[in-house]
Amino acid sequence: MKKAVEKLVTWSRMKSPWIIHFNSGACNGCDIEVLDALTPRYDLERFGVQLHGTPRHADVLVASGPVTRQQAARLVRIYNQMAEPKFVVAVGACACSGGVFDGCYSVLGGIDSVIPVSAYIPGCPVRPEALIDGVVKLLSSLEKKEASK
Amino acid sequence: MGKITVPLGPQHPALKEPGSFTLALEGEQVVGASIKLGYNHRGIEKTCEQRTYTQDVYLIERVCGICSHSHTTAFCTAVEEIAGVDIGKRAKAIRVAVGELERIHSHLLWLGVAGHEIGFDTLFMYSWRDRELVLDALELISGNRVHYAVNTIGGVRRDISADTARKVLAAVDKLEERTKYYIKVATEEVTVLARAKGVGMLPESVARKLCAVGPLARASNVPKDVRRDDPYLIYDELDFNVITANSCDVFGRLYVRVFELLESCKLIRQVLKALPEGDIVAKMSRKIPAGEAVARYEAPRGEDIHYVKSNGTEMPDRVKVRAPTMSNFAAVSYMLEGGFLADAPLVIAAIDPCFSCTDRATLLRGNSGEVVDLEELRRMGIEHYRAKGVDFSKL
Repeated sequence: MKKAVEKLVTWSRMKSPWIIHFNSGACNGCDIEVLDALTPRYDLERFGVQLHGTPRHADVLVASGPVTRQQAARLVRIYNQMAEPKFVVAVGACACSGGVFDGCYSVLGGIDSVIPVSAYIPGCPVRPEALIDGVVKLLSSLEKKEASK
Repeated sequence: MGKITVPLGPQHPALKEPGSFTLALEGEQVVGASIKLGYNHRGIEKTCEQRTYTQDVYLIERVCGICSHSHTTAFCTAVEEIAGVDIGKRAKAIRVAVGELERIHSHLLWLGVAGHEIGFDTLFMYSWRDRELVLDALELISGNRVHYAVNTIGGVRRDISADTARKVLAAVDKLEERTKYYIKVATEEVTVLARAKGVGMLPESVARKLCAVGPLARASNVPKDVRRDDPYLIYDELDFNVITANSCDVFGRLYVRVFELLESCKLIRQVLKALPEGDIVAKMSRKIPAGEAVARYEAPRGEDIHYVKSNGTEMPDRVKVRAPTMSNFAAVSYMLEGGFLADAPLVIAAIDPCFSCTDRATLLRGNSGEVVDLEELRRMGIEHYRAKGVDFSKL
């Protein structure tokens, strides 16, 4: 019985990952593309992905941009507010490594310099197709992990 | 009734970017608003001094992901002015064409966000769907959807072939058709009128005093447009109207932006139908002679100013960016006061804020290198505006 409930929970988690989007100092390009992926042409919602406003409701933190000194503490706070199990997706070249802003005095580096990251999606800015691919890959890797447990 | 303070941001569903607003409320009414910026400060201006001009173009492009072409055009124009190089007419025309496509993409994006803020998500989905058309056109020209990287010092990197021009013009025709629908929605739809009329009032005199720029100023009946006031590139040869509105509210800003879409379509047609012949890039030395220049550009959000000082090497001595949103923030706190809390996200969204453009800091005063602390800076700011007849001391 317990196993069946667990299976149901995993299944529903895979089918409706709710995301929260956080801009940790990005140039806006990736943020716009993240939103764009949710609009009619790409329609990420057909995978059950929904954008939510509060970290307490979200499963996946979609973080874009390099981490600025001002935003670092806020990023950690939002990450801590999310319920387990939680995943972080770094969107864009800056979020992966600092990108073009590497070396700026107010930039700490990529998202992984502050919080652990589950998936990296490169691109400047990421294309909505790449974003969808990244999210689907993250979900299928989780499914496999659950199956092997 | 006691005052309640409500924080808005830096992470807030209504704001796609980090900015922090503290609103003092009496019941539902906003009685005071203060703005804190700087969450997006990356240090681009300083980093520009450590990279070559060519590298800087790519860095400057990433000041903002929406008006990236505006920033690079202003920067390149300033550098070309110092070097005394006249880029060809074809390069100028291509810059204008891409700039106007960018304006369409930015205004459609804004229209969607404004629709979202008033709870009219259908408009958001419609306008973002049509925005894909202009993104496709930009991708066709440049190879990328958002950061086009069309500009380079001395001209442009991508030519527009006759075939590409034809496809872009077809997309513009389709967009114009859709714009007519948006004009109908913006001026007749009951939901829009109920939420936008009389909200976020900014009278003409205040807009002038607070130095509002772009669509915000034009919606308050201040006909300010760098394209006409101080023509750059080939704008002096093109025929277009400066759209203004006299309602001074969010409805006016909506009106100005949707009609500007039509003007941009008109401009793109004029440019692409008579694209001048010639080279697209002028040969330039990597070292730029010592000098300084200021370039002005009418970005989708208003006047964008770039200042570049060179010292004869491959790297600039100083780069200063004054993004349009910066000069509109003074008006935001004015517009928020007296309004309702539920209208606050709409009023903020109505200036089309771009925090990534805005967040830059200056600490030094004069040549002495004296550091000014925040309190002193605040006092100076209040005095500056008091001399102009606006009192910010209660903020």
